Amino acid sequence: MNLPTVPFSPVQASTLAGQVDLLYLYLIAVSVFFTCVIFATVLFFTLKYKRRSETERPEAIHGNLLLEITWSAIPLAIAMTMFTWGSILYFKGWRAPQNAEEIFVVGKQWMWKIQHPEGRREINELHVPVDHPIRLKMTSEDVIHSFFVPAFRVKMDVVPGRYTSLWFQPTKTGRYHLFCAEYCGTKHSGMIGWVTVMPEEEYQQWLETGTAIAPVTVSGKELFQKNRCNTCHHAESGALGPDLAGVFGNPVQLADGRTVTADENYIRESIVKPNAKIVAGYTPMMPTFQGQLGEEEILQIISYLKSLKAETGTPETAAPPASPAA
Amino acid sequence: MSTLVKKIKHYLNASYELRSWFGTVDHKRIAILYLISVTLFFFVGGFFAVMIRLELLTPAGDLVSSETYNKLFTMHGIIMIFFFLIPAVPAVLGNFLIPIMIGARDMAFPRLNLASWYCYIGGALFATAAMVTGGVDTGWTFYTPYSSTYSNGAVVLTALGAFVAGFSSILTGLNFIVTIHKMRAPGMTWFRLPLFIWSNYAASIIMVLATPVLGAAIFLVFLERAFHIGIFDPNLGGDPVLFQHLFWFYSHPAVYIMILPSMGVMSELVAAFSRKRVFGYDFVAGSSLAIAVLGFLVWGHHMFVSSQSMYAGFVFSFLSFLVAIPSAIKVFNWTATLYKGSISLQTPMLYALGFIGLFTIGGLTGLFLASLGLDVHVHDTYFIVAHFHYIMVGGVVMGYLGGLHYWWPKMTGRLYPEFWARISALNIFIGFNLTFFPQFLLGYMGMPRRYHAYPEEFQVLNVMSTAGASVLAVGYLIPMIYMLWSLKYGKKAPANPWNAKGLEWTIPSPPPVHNFDEIPVVTEEAYAYAEAPHRG
Ligand code: HEM
Ligand SMILES: [Cu+2]
Repeated sequence: MNLPTVPFSPVQASTLAGQVDLLYLYLIAVSVFFTCVIFATVLFFTLKYKRRSETERPEAIHGNLLLEITWSAIPLAIAMTMFTWGSILYFKGWRAPQNAEEIFVVGKQWMWKIQHPEGRREINELHVPVDHPIRLKMTSEDVIHSFFVPAFRVKMDVVPGRYTSLWFQPTKTGRYHLFCAEYCGTKHSGMIGWVTVMPEEEYQQWLETGTAIAPVTVSGKELFQKNRCNTCHHAESGALGPDLAGVFGNPVQLADGRTVTADENYIRESIVKPNAKIVAGYTPMMPTFQGQLGEEEILQIISYLKSLKAETGTPETAAPPASPAA
Repeated sequence: MSTLVKKIKHYLNASYELRSWFGTVDHKRIAILYLISVTLFFFVGGFFAVMIRLELLTPAGDLVSSETYNKLFTMHGIIMIFFFLIPAVPAVLGNFLIPIMIGARDMAFPRLNLASWYCYIGGALFATAAMVTGGVDTGWTFYTPYSSTYSNGAVVLTALGAFVAGFSSILTGLNFIVTIHKMRAPGMTWFRLPLFIWSNYAASIIMVLATPVLGAAIFLVFLERAFHIGIFDPNLGGDPVLFQHLFWFYSHPAVYIMILPSMGVMSELVAAFSRKRVFGYDFVAGSSLAIAVLGFLVWGHHMFVSSQSMYAGFVFSFLSFLVAIPSAIKVFNWTATLYKGSISLQTPMLYALGFIGLFTIGGLTGLFLASLGLDVHVHDTYFIVAHFHYIMVGGVVMGYLGGLHYWWPKMTGRLYPEFWARISALNIFIGFNLTFFPQFLLGYMGMPRRYHAYPEEFQVLNVMSTAGASVLAVGYLIPMIYMLWSLKYGKKAPANPWNAKGLEWTIPSPPPVHNFDEIPVVTEEAYAYAEAPHRG
């Protein structure tokens, strides 16, 4: 949706931006209306009923039930329109389309580290193709940060110890501010960068330039082998750990009787805190990899696991399963 | 009251030794102790604010270092919130007025009242010690794991300051509740209470119920920092977002601890300067309680992008819209009180009208923030900074200053100079808008808060804001000067300079030590202006 640009607002460069601006304009209209009504009434009364003599004693007015009901009900009704509209936009911003391309973001005092699925990495810069839904999977190595691109009207905190996600679909090529919006220490205001939106072909070219790095699923596989995960996690009988092919996105039966879905947060936890949730039928013997694997490496391993199909153990090309709520 | 010749004993000249002040159990003297302390902190906090605005005059971070800048806004926030806004109206005006307004000779627990001032001072000393031993840079919100693990400022000392000062709130709240229940004069029924009492009562409930949660949260940060017990830091097995829940469970209601008493002042001012009963008394009183209750259920609206669940977001948004309604009801009722009144635009009324204007803008922009999809964009930007300053400076401080002018003659026995007072009220209103309105625009444009340096396109609005801040600073200095001046040179105040209603205006200015020679018997409702005038 393209609107006449609102004064004092960033460019509208995502599918969401125009919609947020429209809601903003609605709220401005309501606010200006009420502010004017209240200011005018106050002014009118103060002038009209200005004290004329020191001994003046106006008659008492107790109140009026009908008025009270009216001026509670009307604002409530208006507030509900705002609630509904705001919630719809929030919902839209929450649920990424199935075909969104997933890019990893790791926040760290005071920089943004980004890795594309094809392998290319960048710092404080994010290159994305125009008109494509992009989903960022984000975590932090230290304190809480927040990924904020005003031109897209999106923001999401980047929290250590868990994954959050954020999606947008850029509609305009150009360079846009990227800010850290959650105070994160000394150089907080230096934790900024640029999002560059480019035409599809240029983006593909850009991906291939720079130092060649393997796609994340491949580096994930290497890590999986290098850290000897595969000595326990394999499909042959007698494996000490559960086979991980096809686990991602599916329910897992735990030893304590609960069932959880194997999402990114679950897999991350299994790597850094293996004993938090034990899969039914296995003994808690896996060592923790906390401190040995960086956040980026864990993300690569998760990508690799996601790409494994059940039984065959070969990478799958289809889109990732429905994005779990951040 | 024409006892001009005879030297009358009152609470101020009853005795002069230091002990009679620092050991006093007279609620009026305790109010004065609070008045002096919060004023001091207001100017310290104000000094930090000036430094912040000067730094933001230019895009580059060139006036102070990043460390210093972060400490400046942290100390500004901590001092203004915990050591000025929270105690200002209840501990100064409430302490002075609540017993008098309900026809009592003192608080229910006078010693506890003094103890709460000592808690405040204890907390203030810790915070000051933290400031001089290197300062603290966590922001007043103390978000973990930054505060619990990464910051190397004097976090523990500062947190201890807020923790100890919290007891001052709890004790004051407790004292108010018991006093209002137990000490009312004969005939002072609940629905004859001035609305100032109702709103302080509502605020007291929050002080007693919410403050302990802040204490607990701060204590947990201390445990993690000092003993590495994993509560918030994920590296120690904790949950960083848990802190935000605990923090806002207190700090959202805390914004009502600040605004409710000030709303009570508003009701008094609007009634006195329109010579009218407050329109819809029951609704204004009831809305205070509604705010106190609903205020406990909306903390998650500070966490819409924190990784809290989407459904929690819907619920918190919905409840935040509900809490806006009682605030709107108050504004409408104050406005309606003016109708057919006898309106005098003396200084306290100028502040009251200023409150209505600024609080309206503050409240309406609250709706922007409660709208989920919009808050995602403006959260943690200057839009938030503008919003809460409109409420807390535009609302709370305007109410406080209005009340201070209104009751100044009662508290000190002197009149302030009306001319200068009007000038400075106007000055504050203009300076305030100049300072904070541009920040709404900055926020929507995307300028994040707590930024030491910023991209150049934000400069023009920042320059306006800084210019406004200097106007505002002058506005705050003028009252400081003329009020001190009036203590010695101001005209002597009669018992009832405004011809206002309320028990406080039936006793001499300043009041005698025991307030009432004889406990009054109340026979009429609050604000019975239509009846024959009481001449002071
Ligand atoms: C009309 C009623 C109000 C509504 C609907 C409302 C809504 C909100 C929302 C949703 C936020 C969080 C925004 C964010 O962080 O993204 C917020 C922040 C804030 N509000 Fe309000 N508000 C209202 C009135 C008040 C009042 C009466 C006060 C104070 C007396 C107040 C003080 C604050 C403060 C201090 C913050 C920011 C805290 C911080 O992040 O440091 N608000 N408000
Ligand atoms: Cu950050």
